[in-house]
Amino acid sequence: MLVDLEWLPKPPAGFAGRAGALEAELAAGPGATFHERLTALAATALDEPQLVRLSRLAGKARGVGIEGFSIAKLALLGDGTLDLAAAPIVGSGLRHGLLLDVIVGEYGSAVQDAADPESALRAAGLDFALICPDPRLLGLDRSADGAAEAEVKVKAAFARLAMIAEGLRPSIASAILVQTVTPPVEALFGSFDRAHPGSPFAMTLALNRRIAEWAATGAAILVDTAHLAASVGLEQWSEPGHWHASKLPFSPHLLPLYADHVARTLAAIRGKAKKCLVLDLDNTIWGGVIGDDGLDGIRIGQGSAEGEAFLAVQRMALELRARGVVLAVCSKNEEETARAPFREHPDMLLREAHIAVFQANWTDKAANLRAIAQTLNIGVDALVLLDDNPAERMQVRDALPLVGVPELPDDPALYPRALAAAGYFEATTFSDEDRDRAAYYRANAERAQALTASGDLGDYLASLEMVCRIAAVDALSRPRVAQLINKSNQFNLTTRRYSEAEVEAAERDPARHAIQVRLIDRFGDNGIISVLIADDRGEAWEIDTWLMSCRVLGRRVPEAVLAHLVRAASAAGATRLIGRYKPTAKNRMVASHYEGLGFRQIGGEAGGETAWELTLAGFEAPALPMRVEDSALPAASIST
Amino acid sequence: MSTLETVREIMMSVLQLDDLNLTEQMTAADVEGWDSLHHIRLIIAIERRFKIKFKNSEVEQLTNVGDLVSAIDRKVAA
Repeated sequence: MLVDLEWLPKPPAGFAGRAGALEAELAAGPGATFHERLTALAATALDEPQLVRLSRLAGKARGVGIEGFSIAKLALLGDGTLDLAAAPIVGSGLRHGLLLDVIVGEYGSAVQDAADPESALRAAGLDFALICPDPRLLGLDRSADGAAEAEVKVKAAFARLAMIAEGLRPSIASAILVQTVTPPVEALFGSFDRAHPGSPFAMTLALNRRIAEWAATGAAILVDTAHLAASVGLEQWSEPGHWHASKLPFSPHLLPLYADHVARTLAAIRGKAKKCLVLDLDNTIWGGVIGDDGLDGIRIGQGSAEGEAFLAVQRMALELRARGVVLAVCSKNEEETARAPFREHPDMLLREAHIAVFQANWTDKAANLRAIAQTLNIGVDALVLLDDNPAERMQVRDALPLVGVPELPDDPALYPRALAAAGYFEATTFSDEDRDRAAYYRANAERAQALTASGDLGDYLASLEMVCRIAAVDALSRPRVAQLINKSNQFNLTTRRYSEAEVEAAERDPARHAIQVRLIDRFGDNGIISVLIADDRGEAWEIDTWLMSCRVLGRRVPEAVLAHLVRAASAAGATRLIGRYKPTAKNRMVASHYEGLGFRQIGGEAGGETAWELTLAGFEAPALPMRVEDSALPAASIST
Repeated sequence: MSTLETVREIMMSVLQLDDLNLTEQMTAADVEGWDSLHHIRLIIAIERRFKIKFKNSEVEQLTNVGDLVSAIDRKVAA
């Protein structure tokens, strides 16, 4: 399944023609759905030459700039011949919403490239660097005498990686990625290798442990090639012939698989991972058709291989939910019939409470998926549809090319594997907010009911008993703040992306005012939901970044943030605020954000970037339906 | 399709050529873009299409397209 990217549909028969037509269109001026059509072509099981073909197209698209794709530059450096990986990574990037430029360090000069601030690599304006170590060039393919020597060798190998990373770091705008190393197929002693610290096998494991611990500190982001190699099989992964001939670090047949893993990791850093798993019901999460077979006729639960296979699908959905993936249902069924197993079947693991949006009706799936995205306030590009029916999958791919729709094998026992192989929900960190996200969406549904019950928006907001906590960004909040900065698309005025390191720099910069906002209500803690960074430019404060999570839309948080900003800026002696709106494909909802807050337009025009100004004198903070706890104001201003 | 014709197709795809006149007498020097890196890609694509594997020594012995074609035919027949 993995090697041939079988979770993706086969490329169209006329692949070359399609690629050529897109390239011609690009030259003439790309049409409205270019992004969708290019993504659809890339989201197929392409082989190496096809990925190289698309990389050429990506290169040209990068020159033009296509809305919907984000542009990034990646350097590959490390051991062995990495040149062959560059174009497949670029081609795979299109599948994940990225227009990549990949440059490769000179063979064997990773350390020099990283150490020299003037090296072509470091001067290239990199967003990302991927360090690709190979145990054979780290000296870990030759055994050590004993535990002490093994430790020295592993330490030295790790120190070299860390040196490359730290050398590069000042020249990397976004993140440094590092691969794990692959243990040899050939055992020295046999099973004893694992127990003997000096064996090449044990040393690669020891190095990987160090790399993982290092990544856990946030210093680098993992691309776990060791796990990938183990999943396809080490024998298939490693081809000594190609190593001896050209120093290819792994079998070139696996380039498409490897490249997809690199691309999906970059996409996750850029906030392009999927957010919601939409489940079909009949023959997807239980065996049989509920409308025909009835509650006691469907197969789910212990006792039959088929029932257990579907149970495993449900368990996987719940595991994903526990790590923050929202679950929804989309099924062609009568609603009551479809809900019955969730309510009444004793063997079902999935219950109604786990499902944020339940769409069971007879309209087409594409329309239902749009409705789900709308209800959850996310784009359709954040959805994945798990559906056993090939015709439905094709219809959805045609209508909504940005929805992730994995191909599924005939046997439901393999559904979890296909879904996992696709890597839709790739994440590079895991925060408390992620853990609770599914519950937020559930609570939001309850809030919606509370609104219906009270009928009046003011009463509703008052009934929420909100507490808004404004504080400076600090080490504790930094990971979540960086996550929001990189993921928020809709309520985001400038869509500027900053890494954790850049956020930290902003915290320390006395001329920057970086705050995080948390909202708590009687249904729970929403976590950090808004970030603002403003620059002190003397008489004016300029708002560099203002974003908010869409799950607290309509709760009047922006007004609380503005009131804070006015007080902070006044305390620093400023007389006005300046805000900018930079339009993107996704942030139209905030086009009149500043206007709504009483700013006056001072530049730009509708459709383009606009600039806004607010005079601080005479500003009156509105009464808000929340208690504001503000710890981010300078001491002098609190007494006022 | 003859082996030569299939190799021609693979070569066009690997080297991103719109057209290619390929004969058995030709060598890497005669084909635009056929450098050492693309040679690796070409061998890999051939291995994949014909479901065969070359040893390094076999690859090193190839002197022209004709050698490549007969090496493929030998492996496919074996």
